[in-house]
Amino acid sequence: MNNIAPKLTPEEYEKNFAEIHPPFSKNSAMVEANRCLYCYDSPCMKACPTHIDISTFIKKIATGNVKGSAKTILESNWIALTCAKACPVAVLCEGACVYNERDEKPIEIGRLQRYAIDWYFGNGMPPLFSPAPPTGKSIGIIGGGPAGLSCAAELCLLGHTVTVYDAKEIPGGLDTWGIAPYKTTQADSIKEVKLVQSLGATIMTKTMVGSDITIDELLKTHNAIFIGVGLNHPSRLNIEGEDLPGVHDALAFIARVTTRKWPSVNVGKRVAVIGAGNTAIDAVTESKRLGAEQVMLIYRRSQNEMPAYEFEYELAKSDGVEFHFLTSPLRIIGNGKVEAIECTRMSLGKPDAEGRRAPIPVPGSEFRIPVDMVIKSVGQNIEESFFSKIPNLKIENGQVVVHPESFQTSNPKFFAGGDCINGGKEVVNAAADGKRAAYGIDQWLRRPANG
Amino acid sequence: MVDLSISCGGIKSPNPFWLASAPPTNSAYQVCKAFEAGWGGAVWKTIGEPVMNVVNRYGSVDYNGQKILGLNNIELISDRPIEVNLREIAETKELWPDRAVIASLMVESDRQVWHDMVMRAIDTGCDGIELNYGCPHGMSERGMGAAVGQVPEYCEMITKWVTEISTIPVLVKLTPNVTDVRYPGRAAKKAGAQGLSLINTINTIMGVNLDTLEVNPSVDGKGGHGGYAGPAVKPIALNMVSQIATDKEIGLPISGIGGISTWRDALEFILLGATSVQVCTAVMHYGFRIIDDLVEGMSNWMEEKKFTSLNQVRGKSLLGISDFGNLNLLYKTTARIDETKCIHCNLCHIACEDSAHQCIDLVAVNGHMQPRVREDDCVGCRLCFIVCPVESCISMVRKDDGTEAITWNELMKQLPQPLTWQALRSFQAKHGIDIH
Ligand SMILES: Cc1cc2nc3c(=O)[nH]c(=O)nc-3n(C[C@H](O)[C@H](O)[C@H](O)COP(=O)(O)OP(=O)(O)OC[C@H]3O[C@@H](n4cnc5c(N)ncnc54)[C@H](O)[C@@H]3O)c2cc1C
Ligand SMILES: Cc1cc2nc3c(=O)[nH]c(=O)nc-3n(C[C@H](O)[C@H](O)[C@H](O)COP(=O)(O)O)c2cc1C
Repeated sequence: MNNIAPKLTPEEYEKNFAEIHPPFSKNSAMVEANRCLYCYDSPCMKACPTHIDISTFIKKIATGNVKGSAKTILESNWIALTCAKACPVAVLCEGACVYNERDEKPIEIGRLQRYAIDWYFGNGMPPLFSPAPPTGKSIGIIGGGPAGLSCAAELCLLGHTVTVYDAKEIPGGLDTWGIAPYKTTQADSIKEVKLVQSLGATIMTKTMVGSDITIDELLKTHNAIFIGVGLNHPSRLNIEGEDLPGVHDALAFIARVTTRKWPSVNVGKRVAVIGAGNTAIDAVTESKRLGAEQVMLIYRRSQNEMPAYEFEYELAKSDGVEFHFLTSPLRIIGNGKVEAIECTRMSLGKPDAEGRRAPIPVPGSEFRIPVDMVIKSVGQNIEESFFSKIPNLKIENGQVVVHPESFQTSNPKFFAGGDCINGGKEVVNAAADGKRAAYGIDQWLRRPANG
Repeated sequence: MVDLSISCGGIKSPNPFWLASAPPTNSAYQVCKAFEAGWGGAVWKTIGEPVMNVVNRYGSVDYNGQKILGLNNIELISDRPIEVNLREIAETKELWPDRAVIASLMVESDRQVWHDMVMRAIDTGCDGIELNYGCPHGMSERGMGAAVGQVPEYCEMITKWVTEISTIPVLVKLTPNVTDVRYPGRAAKKAGAQGLSLINTINTIMGVNLDTLEVNPSVDGKGGHGGYAGPAVKPIALNMVSQIATDKEIGLPISGIGGISTWRDALEFILLGATSVQVCTAVMHYGFRIIDDLVEGMSNWMEEKKFTSLNQVRGKSLLGISDFGNLNLLYKTTARIDETKCIHCNLCHIACEDSAHQCIDLVAVNGHMQPRVREDDCVGCRLCFIVCPVESCISMVRKDDGTEAITWNELMKQLPQPLTWQALRSFQAKHGIDIH
């Protein structure tokens, strides 16, 4: 890429990646906590996939029992800091707050949760839970993302011996390597990793299961295995020019941004991001914040079909991103590097199987957009090469099939949760899955015939 | 036009709002500033015996993030000499002839000393005298303040020493730290007082600091009871004002005090019989500027309700004050939830379930749990109405048709005495009252 956007000053990077939801001061936390009505059997609690007893933890903040508040939160969710800062609260807890029905601002549940959890980490993670007596059983966990970590923490409390294997040098999964730096930081994710370690889990980093260690080896050491590997295989566009220098995969690009070594991340002056999910939004906003002059999001359907959340779309718009709806890339053009992207206009036809209206190219509408960098963000899939190594593992529609309550797969020794079973949702879903799977594993191991 | 002017025991002011004897009336500077802002009168900070204050002086009850629900203090009477105060009273009165300036007095229990003090106060040209028999700390240990107010005989004796010589109206300020406030009220009446001011502050310990384990406020590690005022005391004051106002023997004008922060509070005192009202804590919290809304809010309310003078308002709600024995036992209500307004916080459900009569069910409706009252089982206690955070979402709907009414006192004349549960239950059954 020779059209690299000029680097920014350190202050500019800090400003651009500053937290969009800053922490509460003690006083503002008290005011907000006291605004909570302390609903009974509250809708916010039901809306949270981990069912945190929200009104109770907020009440505890209000009485000054912040430690107890952190305990209430962690009882339901081990990934509480990342969730507090990165959950799409508007469509979950805060969206369900009864104040919405009274046409008032919902309680800022995410920021209050962060207040309690910041206190917990800021006070050296005081012990809140006592583990059950050792069971003598050992569980291996593949993947140290939120699903794996949550499962590990809960299994430790249940008295099991737990080893987590993670391919990366820093565990945490996308909490460490994916979430936008203006929401959470790697340091936040590392705190959660430390919490899981403090409960007794061993974490083996830089250990890719399938190559550094085999499934068979794991089966020899462990009584059961939890799979929380997420989705690591980026979808391809299957168009000409896709492998030109200057064409990037969104996750790889985003992972470099999470390291906070922003001057070392080159971004083109003109960037086109293809796709319109939440990851595409992160790619456009992060490009813009790194100093790209013109950032475009290219999506073949219309705004109505866009999978990204409304608030994410608004964020990108306020960052000055251009949205090209009903536009589909035909090929990427360039002489040894990206120079332009050729697109066609689209129109919407009949609803497809998922009920979304299918895009149809408008003949003769082809046009070119000059660009210096293309970021592909059209979804991730499960890593077939990894899953093919596990015998009798049923996979449907690119998702590992599990029992809805126990999270057991078709191979009884294997349980699974997180993005690899749901096709890619949120951190909070992964956290909920991991915890519930821990109970599935525990119950299965306690049956005399198993383990 | 609405006329807010009043005359309380002969003390006239253009509106009923007086500053209570307290820190806001400590000096001519303050009282003149208050009059400038629009206050109708001021009871000067109590003057008298030499005193010396300590610090910290104030404690506050904060609730759910709101500051000063209640304020307590261990402040004494004015810590400035008598002659300074009297000079400033005279200067203030001269500058503000149309406002009520009242001297609050407290000296040792000696007839001659009181006579001298009263004469010097009258010489300032002030409009009246208020006798502080209320201060519950510091002064009472020295045989003054509440030590006088709590013993009707002392109250009568000392009031007499004042009224026998005073040429201006005398108000006696009553302490609430008594079992029945009517006794000192009657004593003051007998001694010839022109009016009663109530209430002074209530004995309280504000709390304990959970870090230092010291009581709050702490004076170098020590502390004790002080006098409580502010919004939290209003219901106590209203009760006492209404007790005085309905007492057949007393019949004196009342200057209502205790927790008045808004024109609404002030009207409640007046509706229960007060002529003027006095304010302290609300001013200590927000300053003299609150007078603007006090006057304007009261005038607007009077206009809206078609009252032209406060004489038409005073005591109006006393008619409804009744003993329990005269309340209608057959008045029946049920709670009813307006489901279009309900926000599904379920607070009514849990309140009824855990603390009342288990008659609000949670019914699954359109994806959420809808609280719904089983009206036949509702006893009409009104707890749900009180906990509901949405205005007019829960209402108490009358169930009886109003044709039948009987009070406890009447019923006791009908039922065989001594009363048995059986007799009472069969009366209830006859009227479809089922207490489960
Ligand atoms: C760019 C981006 C931004 C996002 N932003 C948000 C957000 O703001 N809020 C939100 O709630 N959600 C967000 N999400 C979604 C969220 O990150 C995921 O839903 C969640 O991380 C899934 O957790 P997981 O544990 O299933 O998988 P992952 O987080 O993907 O973790 C999988 C882990 O497994 C490891 N692994 C994989 N294969 C192997 C192997 N063979 N051997 C050993 N280790 C292996 C990986 O290294 C990784 O650490 C975002 C996702 C992306 C891609
Ligand atoms: C700090 C403070 C000092 C007070 N000093 C006196 C006083 O010197 N003389 C007196 O009669 N009442 C005194 N009071 C009582 C007030 O005049 C008034 O009766 C009481 O505060 C209740 O009114 P409120 O609720 O508006 O504050 C004092 C009250 C406070 C808070």
